[in-house]
Amino acid sequence: MGSNEFLFLLTGLKWTVLLSLVGFVGGGVFGLAIALMRVSGRPLMERFTSGYIALFQGTPLLMQLFVVYYGLALVGLKLDAWVAVAIGFTLHASAYLGEIWRGSIEAVPKGQTEAAKALSLSYVSRMRDVILPQAIRISLPATIGFLVQLIKGTSLAAIVGFTELTRAGNIVSNQIFQPLLVFGIVGTLYFLLCWPLSLYGSHLERRMAIAAR
Amino acid sequence: MNYKLDFTPVIDGMPALLMGCLGTFLLAICGMALAIVIGVGGVILRDSRFAPVRWLVKAFVEIIRNTPFLVQIFFIYFALPLAGLRLDPTPTAIIALGINGGAYAIEIIRGGVQSISKGQIEAGLALGLHKAQVFRLIVLKPALRAIFPSLTSQFVLLTLTTSIASAISAYELTSVAQRIESDSFRSFEVYGTITLFYLVISWVMMRFFAAISTRYFSYPVK
Repeated sequence: MGSNEFLFLLTGLKWTVLLSLVGFVGGGVFGLAIALMRVSGRPLMERFTSGYIALFQGTPLLMQLFVVYYGLALVGLKLDAWVAVAIGFTLHASAYLGEIWRGSIEAVPKGQTEAAKALSLSYVSRMRDVILPQAIRISLPATIGFLVQLIKGTSLAAIVGFTELTRAGNIVSNQIFQPLLVFGIVGTLYFLLCWPLSLYGSHLERRMAIAAR
Repeated sequence: MNYKLDFTPVIDGMPALLMGCLGTFLLAICGMALAIVIGVGGVILRDSRFAPVRWLVKAFVEIIRNTPFLVQIFFIYFALPLAGLRLDPTPTAIIALGINGGAYAIEIIRGGVQSISKGQIEAGLALGLHKAQVFRLIVLKPALRAIFPSLTSQFVLLTLTTSIASAISAYELTSVAQRIESDSFRSFEVYGTITLFYLVISWVMMRFFAAISTRYFSYPVK
């Protein structure tokens, strides 16, 4: 494998990172909305969001990408593969992050909400200044765990035809006929991306377990 | 929007799709069985007296958990023939699913074993129970109970992951759907329908596991 092929893999890695970031940030914004609706106390909103979450947690990510990809084309939106895939990952991430953050919001002791209400803080201030800062701390290990899932999940964009790291690996492997070497390197690149995050996540988890004792 | 949804290819292909569901079940069940074997074996080896064996298990778990399944299945697909094993895509997919699920199972089962304290075992022996009784009643059942929720949700995930096995054209629901799609170009209809199939499959599995849990594990802890 020459340096050209390796550089091509690195370009793929760049798109993997970008796709993960877009999915994570976009999913974070919508996920926060999902989580807040899920704990809003309004039956209609809660039922809708719990259905949304169940739909995404009960189907394969690959199918979600297919349906979004072909569904957008169907309603007449001529989008780049890149945009369609980014929308798919954003929706996927919003459901998972919404569920993780719902759990952490509910894990904040009830007294905090009651105290904020007793101080007659508005809903926005209660969430922004009291509940969410504590919930974010609680959710951090699971959120990082999901980020790792998401980075690994972006490899499925290869099947839809978007050239990120895995598809770059497919292309190079078809050119130089050394699949083991190529996928070994591709796997190593993913590992270097995900492992530090996993270590950081389990470090946070251990620290919180000690603090909770 | 001037596109008319047309489900005829889906309806015509329904027998093939239902067979594909069976293929998905086969992949999932064989994958789970292999994952349990690897999980139990890995937990035993992880406490081995030989440090290199322990490191090997830890490295295996970290590598599998931090790389995508798609890359793993490609790697195994190309590596098995080099190791002298010429297998069809479907058995290859089962091996890949088992290895992937096994790495997660090692972590989950280890947590269950650690949740049994030594004092419980000693107390059981002091009460005059047989070693076999101690293992069955004091170690196995509570450990199973402790790991059951996370192990079964991992199994549901594994079942959903089988769709990725279509990348090496193993026989399962997604690859059947891909064939119908490439014949009819009704992509949205086909994939939308089998997405619902997957939703039903994972819902049935969750119900099934929940029923087992209430049947065998719903006794009070303290």
